Amino acid sequence: MVNSPSTDLECINISKTFGSVLAVDNVSFEIPRGSFFSILGPSGCGKTTLIRMIAGFEQPDSGEIHIKGKSVLNTAPNKRNVKMVFQHLALFPMMNVYENIAYGLRCNGVAKDEIDQRVNNVLKRIALPDVGEREIHQLSGGQKQRIAVARCMVLDPDVLLLDEPLGALDLKLREAMKIELKLLQHQFDTTFIYITHDQSEALVMSDRVAIMNQGQFEQVGTPQELYHAPRSAFVAGFVGDSNRWAGQTVAAAGSAVRVKTEDGLELLANPYGAAAATGGRAVDIFIRPEFITVERAGGARAAPESGHNTLNGVVDSLLFNGANSRALVRSASSHLIEADIVLTGGNEDLQPGENVTLIWPADQTMCFAT
Amino acid sequence: MQKDIRRLSLILLFAPFALWIVLLILLPHVGMVFLSLREKIAPRVYEFGFANYIEFFNEPIYWNTLVRTGSMSLLVTVLALIIGFPIAYYIAKIAGPRVRGALFLFCLVPLWVSDLIRAFGWILLLRETGVVSNILQWTGLAAAPVEMLYNDVTVVIGLVYTVILFMIVPLASTLDGMDNSMIEAGYNLGGRGTTVLRRIIIPYAMPGIASGCIIVFMLTAGSYLTPILLGGKNSSWFTEQIYDQFITRYNWESGAAFGMLLLAFTSLVVWLGLRLTGQSLANTVTKT
Amino acid sequence: MLIRQRKFDKALLGYRAYVLAFLIFLVSPLIAAGTFAFNDSLFPALPWQGFTLSWFFGDTEPKLGMFYDRRLLSGLYYSFIIALMVSLLTVFIGTCNAFLFVRKDFPGKNFFYILMIVPLVIPGVILGISILVLASSVANGIENRFDYEIGLLRPGIFLVVLGQVSFTTTITSLVIAAKLKKFDITMEEAALNLGASSSRVMRTITLPFLRSAMIAAGIVAFLVSFENFNTTLFLVGSESPLTITMFDRVHKVGSTPVLNAVSFFLMAGSGLLALLSILVQQDKSARS
Repeated sequence: MVNSPSTDLECINISKTFGSVLAVDNVSFEIPRGSFFSILGPSGCGKTTLIRMIAGFEQPDSGEIHIKGKSVLNTAPNKRNVKMVFQHLALFPMMNVYENIAYGLRCNGVAKDEIDQRVNNVLKRIALPDVGEREIHQLSGGQKQRIAVARCMVLDPDVLLLDEPLGALDLKLREAMKIELKLLQHQFDTTFIYITHDQSEALVMSDRVAIMNQGQFEQVGTPQELYHAPRSAFVAGFVGDSNRWAGQTVAAAGSAVRVKTEDGLELLANPYGAAAATGGRAVDIFIRPEFITVERAGGARAAPESGHNTLNGVVDSLLFNGANSRALVRSASSHLIEADIVLTGGNEDLQPGENVTLIWPADQTMCFAT
Repeated sequence: MQKDIRRLSLILLFAPFALWIVLLILLPHVGMVFLSLREKIAPRVYEFGFANYIEFFNEPIYWNTLVRTGSMSLLVTVLALIIGFPIAYYIAKIAGPRVRGALFLFCLVPLWVSDLIRAFGWILLLRETGVVSNILQWTGLAAAPVEMLYNDVTVVIGLVYTVILFMIVPLASTLDGMDNSMIEAGYNLGGRGTTVLRRIIIPYAMPGIASGCIIVFMLTAGSYLTPILLGGKNSSWFTEQIYDQFITRYNWESGAAFGMLLLAFTSLVVWLGLRLTGQSLANTVTKT
Repeated sequence: MLIRQRKFDKALLGYRAYVLAFLIFLVSPLIAAGTFAFNDSLFPALPWQGFTLSWFFGDTEPKLGMFYDRRLLSGLYYSFIIALMVSLLTVFIGTCNAFLFVRKDFPGKNFFYILMIVPLVIPGVILGISILVLASSVANGIENRFDYEIGLLRPGIFLVVLGQVSFTTTITSLVIAAKLKKFDITMEEAALNLGASSSRVMRTITLPFLRSAMIAAGIVAFLVSFENFNTTLFLVGSESPLTITMFDRVHKVGSTPVLNAVSFFLMAGSGLLALLSILVQQDKSARS
């Protein structure tokens, strides 16, 4: 690989073990300048270890880390121009806001006037110009968040690392901060690397997302790619909601494949990967709730087009959540299936206990060989 | 490189600890063991042997004093527990938050006043010309001055007074950690007052009880001031014997042996206490 | 239901009365020790002869006030010097111990931790004699072999300080370690990440965080040293600290109200210090 100047960070074959546990397993990736990159994975997948190696708190067993084209493996953590926003922010409680932000500048021996100017400047940019004299415990959760970002950004880092900084906030504030962080990233035009186990954070904010599992990157791509074109069963199951069956392929049927689930259901599915396209393979099948249409049984409707799957069942319960309402439908084999529906509050709404038919297109029936 | 720095910092941090423990705790005790095993056979001539310990067991007054000290210390410990438990319970569970803080502080204040002043206060209250005696005469309850010092009851009261805070503090902090709903659940399930106390509160408070009792016993058995000042000449407390051997008779060998015996005795009781209650030393001490 | 409620109220009233009685028991000796400092009489006893401050400021016999009593003043001075040295030393060792046991991993850590706690359950008398024995035998050995006298190892201020350090260090270590355990280690990483060197991190982040605990531990050590008697008794030389001087007067000579004046002075002083340590601790909780 050639280090193009447009790359802020490049990791090459990074591995790290703790005792007998392989925390990070041969991970390589590069991040173009000025982008928002997220690493999404369940807790314990090694994402924190990875980010700590980039910051220099851990040393990789093998591999290379390049920042702006230069290897930083022999650079101490306090000499790397990679700044980090910690999970619990780690603002210094014994200093006020101004001193917190000035801390890094003081460590670098910046002149007093310039510190003053830069701190006030960054406070303006995060839209908190008058909080310099406040103590940390006087700030709200969202303000603390912005101060933690400002404390790093005042140092003009090459890369900003964010270690699940929204985890401690309540739901409403978290939603607001997602948008805010994205805007801050645009404003500072710096590469952000954001690690999280919350898929909606990663999908909403990022230019590109890496899905990490058991120390490895399963897939790297834009949020849309990950959602609509997952490359593995893990990605399909981890990103977004889906109904899931285990089953076996029967035979190929054109570009589709005929599968039989463990509870005896016959479906037409879209094989992801060549292995799932042949008969006799164990597979995992995923269908996202928004592709399933719910129709009342016996209602006037056209016969399903070819290339669709149908399934009869009984409405078990309704999960009302405004525009994201869902029906929980029990199939003949007692499998519970979630489907998106519209609940208007009128008389036409579905009721629990009604017989319904579920219809969804075969090419949205994702099928992965296991 | 980094490993070397880490090792160096470990050594630098370990050095003060090692100096403290070795020079001020371990070596002095080893020295005391050696000294206690030295027999004086003639002036300036010594021999290795158990004579000092044998002397202790041959002289009833010595081991009687130790037994007396031990049994009175046990009595003081039990009394401190019985008197202190309701107070600790009140502080932790019944008083409102404001009163609780005030009471806790109130209980701690005498902790910062030295044993000497507290014993001195008792002397002023209880001696023949003291306040209590005066009040008794004034109210007509006594015809002549009453001397209340220099008896065992006074010594026990004085000792309970000196050490009871070390019982209340760990008890209150343990009980404070207990969820009120546990007590309510106990009543809710049909338990009577005594049952709830025996089955729920006391088992929960066990770590606090253990640490309180151990500290109190140790302090009582090792105390010197209170028995001397309140008990006078006939208090016969074991620490007095040690002082006597060391300072008055200048017989350091047998003084050291007595010291070892006291240490062995209190350690044994502490160990037994920990064993019986299933607590560890680290937990117990951190409570206070 | 109503009857039960009333019965409950009565029980609670009884309980409150018990707590009140206990509080009276707690303070009455202190009040006795303090109040007689202001009695215009030659004896600390009833009847009340009128208010006076001569037991503090009187400069003529027989009512020589404490601030003109040379022996008491020098006792106060030695106590102060000793307590100051003890608190400085124990806070230093205690801080090292806190880092050692909270931050470092080394073989035998649990064993050493127990060793750190043990001094608190050794009777003070024994710590005193064991250090006396070791220091004297080292001094004697050196004197016999090299004909050189090391005055420091003979009873005196230096040995008193060592004796008090031996167990006070455990207290300061526990206090400081408890605070260090609450420290969020990512704060150090954050500082390192912002470009600080390790020594700068220690100076600007970790030590300021520990400061309140170090001050509180220092105050506790100061007070413990000031009021210590058992350990000091065996190690004291010609420079007697205040508790020893006072003990001699209470025990041997008949007491005059000047001792009450000293008691009052000490109670007020330690009360203020205790208050200060609570304020320091509260400051910390408000900030974190």
